Amino acid sequence: MGTKRQFRIWRGDDTGGDLQDYTVEVNEGEVVLDVIHRLQATETPDLACRWNCKAGKCGSCSMEINGKPRLSCMTRMSTFEEDETVTVTPLRTFPVIRDLVTDVSFNYEKARETPAFAPPADLAPGEYRMQQVDVERSQEFRKCIECFLCQNVCHVIRDHDENKQAFSGPRFFIRAAELDMHPLDAKTDRKEYAQAEQGLGFCNITKCCTEVCPEHIKITDNAIIPMKERVVDRRYDPLVWLGSKIFRRGQVPQTSVTSGHSSGAVRAGAAHGGVHSHAGGSHDAQAERQAQQGVNWHREVPHPTAPAVDASGKLPLTELTFDRAAAPSPFGDDVSFPLPPEHLNFAHPQQDEKH
Amino acid sequence: MTETRIERHHYDVVVIGAGGAGLRAAIEARLAGKKTAIISKSLFGKAHTVMAEGGAAAAMGNVNSRDSWQVHFRDTMRGGKFLNNFRMAELHAKESPQRIWELETYGALFDRTKDGKISQRNFGGHEYPRLAHVGDRTGLELIRTLQQKIVSLQQEDKRDLGDYEARIRVFSETTITELLLDGDRVAGAFGYYRESGEFVLFEAPAVVLATGGVGRSYKVTSNSWEYTGDGHALALRAGGTLINMEFLQFHPTGMVWPPSVKGILVTESVRGDGGVLKNSDGKRFMFDYVPDVFRKQYAETEEEADRWYEDPDNNRRPPELLPRDEVARAINSEVKAGRGTPAGGVYLDIASRKSAEEIRRRLPSMYHQFKELADVDITKEPMEVGPTCHYVMGGVEVDPDSGAAFGTVQGLFAAGEVSGGMHGSNRLGGNSLSDLLVFGKRAGGHAASYADGLAARPQVSVSAVEAAVETALAPLQRDTGESPYVLQQDLQAVMGDLVGIIRREGELVDAMSRLAELRERVAKVSAAGGRRYNPGWHLALDLRNMLVVSECTAKAALERQESRGGHTREDFPGMEPRWRQVNLVCKLDGDAVVLTHKPLPKMRAELIGLFDRAELSKYLTDEELAEFDALAKEAGN
Repeated sequence: MGTKRQFRIWRGDDTGGDLQDYTVEVNEGEVVLDVIHRLQATETPDLACRWNCKAGKCGSCSMEINGKPRLSCMTRMSTFEEDETVTVTPLRTFPVIRDLVTDVSFNYEKARETPAFAPPADLAPGEYRMQQVDVERSQEFRKCIECFLCQNVCHVIRDHDENKQAFSGPRFFIRAAELDMHPLDAKTDRKEYAQAEQGLGFCNITKCCTEVCPEHIKITDNAIIPMKERVVDRRYDPLVWLGSKIFRRGQVPQTSVTSGHSSGAVRAGAAHGGVHSHAGGSHDAQAERQAQQGVNWHREVPHPTAPAVDASGKLPLTELTFDRAAAPSPFGDDVSFPLPPEHLNFAHPQQDEKH
Repeated sequence: MTETRIERHHYDVVVIGAGGAGLRAAIEARLAGKKTAIISKSLFGKAHTVMAEGGAAAAMGNVNSRDSWQVHFRDTMRGGKFLNNFRMAELHAKESPQRIWELETYGALFDRTKDGKISQRNFGGHEYPRLAHVGDRTGLELIRTLQQKIVSLQQEDKRDLGDYEARIRVFSETTITELLLDGDRVAGAFGYYRESGEFVLFEAPAVVLATGGVGRSYKVTSNSWEYTGDGHALALRAGGTLINMEFLQFHPTGMVWPPSVKGILVTESVRGDGGVLKNSDGKRFMFDYVPDVFRKQYAETEEEADRWYEDPDNNRRPPELLPRDEVARAINSEVKAGRGTPAGGVYLDIASRKSAEEIRRRLPSMYHQFKELADVDITKEPMEVGPTCHYVMGGVEVDPDSGAAFGTVQGLFAAGEVSGGMHGSNRLGGNSLSDLLVFGKRAGGHAASYADGLAARPQVSVSAVEAAVETALAPLQRDTGESPYVLQQDLQAVMGDLVGIIRREGELVDAMSRLAELRERVAKVSAAGGRRYNPGWHLALDLRNMLVVSECTAKAALERQESRGGHTREDFPGMEPRWRQVNLVCKLDGDAVVLTHKPLPKMRAELIGLFDRAELSKYLTDEELAEFDALAKEAGN
C-alpha cells in the first residue's frame, strides 16, 4: 500500500556535510518521523535524530522540513504532493552535532539564567489560593514543550550568533511573562528583568515565533507585546516619553527600569516634573487651580527637554528596532483624542464674571 | 585494547533517570546537602512523564471533602487486586497531598476550584474526584515544575558557591550501561554521552534508579524509545531483585489509527468527562463487562450512568470508568467477537455527548492531538481506540519506606515505574504521578542518608570498568551480526504476540524458547557507523536490557496460573486467592533469570479493617478470612 517518495536529508557533523537523496516507502497516515525511522531501520542505521513521545508532547524531534521549522512527528506526509521531494535539515540556529541533531545547550543556559519562581513567604504548602481566571494566563505559557522552534526561527539569533549572549529568545520571554502573571510570584521585576537582562528590546515583533509554535501559544501577542508595552515604549521612545511628561495620567514614566541603564537626559527631564502644562491634564493640584482662575500669561512653559540618548549620544531607537509599523504619536501612546473636556485647560475670558 | 578516554566524576548520589521520580529524588538528595548528579537519557525535561495527561491522585478533599487517605488507600488496593505492597500504598495515600502542595511552592499552576484550591477530577477506580490536573497536560506541568525547581536550586548554588553545578548537575543525553560494585556495595555507574559517544564514569556510593518502564519491548506501546527497562536490568545485574514482572498495564484507549501514531494514548478523562465506548454495532458495550467485584459501584443502565456525571452522590458510576485492565479486556473481547472497527479497535465517542466548544475547553490537547496527528475532529466524529502497552507494575523490589533495593546489593535505590509493589497487579490512573513524587522524595532522602552513614567510599575496580568499556564497544566492532532494528522488531513481535494482553501456556512456552534464540542473536548484534550520536549503536546496547526484562515477564507470566489485574491467562481466567499471597521474584544467576515465590507482607489490622468483609471475601483465602473475622470480633468486644 506504500508509495515511494523522495527525501533529501542533511547528513554530516560539525566539520561539514551535505544533503543526501533517499527513496523511501511511505504508507498512508504516516508522518515525517516515521519515514526517518524507516530509514534508520533500513539503509541508514546511524542516521541521528532526536525523538521521544512521537505525539507532539515532548518537543524533541524539531527539525526543518522544506525549510520550515517543524516537529517531525506532527508533520503528516499527506501535506506534501506525491511527487514532491521532502528536504529535511537540522535546526539552523544551533550548532550541528550530527545529522539532524543540534546542540541546543544555549536554551538550557538561558533557562538557568532566568530567575526562578519566588514563593510567597507567608504561605505554607497547601495554603495557596488562586482563581482559575488568574492562573489561565500563565498556564498558556506553561503549555510550552520546549521544542525550541521559536528560538530557532527568531531572526535576532537565527543568523546572528553574536546576539546570543544578550538575547534569551521567545521561549524565555514567555517564561518571564508566565512568572510576571503568576498570581503568587513574589518577585515584582519580571518585565524589567526581561528588558534589561534578557534582551526583550531586540525583538521586533515579526511574530515568526508564534507562527511556528506547535502548542499555538500566542507568544508575541500575549507575552512579548504586553511586556514591551509596559516597559519598552517608555524606555526607548523619547517622543512617548516626552508625551507622557506632558500628558501624565497619574503614572510616573518608568524611565529607570534598572539603575544601570537610565540615562542622564532622562533624569534632567525629571527635574522639571512639577511644571504646569498648556494643555492641562496636570496632576499638580495647585497649578490646575491657578489655571482655573483664568489665563496666566506668566505661567511657566515646559523647558525644552533633551532626548533620552544612549551612551553613544544617539537615540536608542531606530526604525528597524521599533515595534510599530507607523510613526508614534507625538503625544504619547496613552493619550487618545479627542481629549476629555475636563482635561482641557481653557479659560473663558468671562468666566470670572459668571462666578 | 586500545587506550580509551573515560571522563570521571565524583558524586554522593547519582540519580539515573530524569523523569518525575528521578528529579524529585535529586531535589531531595540536594536538599540534604549531597552532591547530586542527574543522568538523563534524553534532553533535560523530555522524559516520558510529560505524556501523563489525566492528573496526580492525592486525597486533598478539595472537591469532595469526604475523601481521605483511607479511601485512597482502599481504592489503590482494590485497583491492584490486593497484590500491592500495603505499606507502599499506605505511604502513597498519606503523603501524596503534601507532595502535590509542595509543587505549588515550586511554581506549579494546577487548575483551580471555585474557592481557589487545586481542582480535582474523577478518574477510573477512584471513588471521589481526586486527580490534581492541568487541563490534560498534567505530566508536562509536573516535569517542568521539577525541572524549574532544579534550576532554582542551581541558582542558589551559583549565588552561594559561585557555580550553578556546584551541588547538582544534569548530564543530559547520557546513558548508563553498567552499575559498578565494590563487593555488594554500589561504587559507581558507567555510561556514555550519546552526543559524542565518549565514556563517562560516575563514582558514587549511592545510586537511585528512576528509569521508568519497559514498553519498547512491545509492538503497540505508548512508551517512548527510552523505555527499554534499563533500570530493571541494571538492578538485576547488580544483584537486585524484580517482583511482579508479569503485570503489565495495557491502557484501554490508545489510538489505533492512523498507523503512525498507533499506541498513543487517549486520556481516560475523555471517559471521565462523558465519553462512551461503542462497538461497530453502535452498542455501548461496557455494561456487559462489569465484573462481580465491582457490581455494587457501577451503574446498570445508561440512564443511571448518565446521571452520575451531574450527580455522583446519588448515582453509580458509568462502567466506562472501570479500572483499566477491565476496560482493556472488554475492548479486546469486542474486537475478537468481530464487533471492532476496521483498524481493530472500538469507537470512543464524545462528539455526540458534549458540545464542540466544551470538548475543546475540557480536552484541549486531545483535540489538538487528534486534529494535527490524525486529521480527526473529535468534536465531530468518534475516535478509534484499542489497548496499548502503557505501564509495567512490576519492577525493582524495594523496601517500602526507603526505596532501597532488596537482594544482595547495597546503596541502590529505586523509585517510580522502575520500582515494583506499589501498584500490585494493576495501577490506577493518576496514581503514577503521585507515586513518582512520594517515592522519589523518599528514595532521594534515603540515598542521601545512606551515603552519609558510610565509613568509607566504595572503590570502583579498574577491571570492572574495562569490562564495561569492552561490552559497550562490542557492537561497533562486530560487522557480521544482525541489525539492532531487526532484533528489536523481532523481540517486539514475540512479546506483543505471545506475552501480550491475553496469555496462554503454550504461547508463553513458545515465547521462552524464542527469547532464548533472541538472546544468542542479541549477543552478536552489530552496529554500523561511529560513536558520535549513533542511534543504531544506542539501540544495540539497550537490546540486552530489553531482552532480560522480557525474559522475566515471560517467565513470571508462565508461572502465575491465574488472571489478576495486568495479567490475564486464558487458561486460568479466574482470580485465585492462593496466588494473592505470592509475589514472583526474579533474580539473575549468572546470565539466567531465576524465579522464586515470596509471600506478600501481611497487612496491618487497622488497614485491613478499612474493608468490608464482603469485598475481602473475593480476594482472601478462607484462612485469611477467618483471621479477619477474629480481628473484627476482637475489635467489636
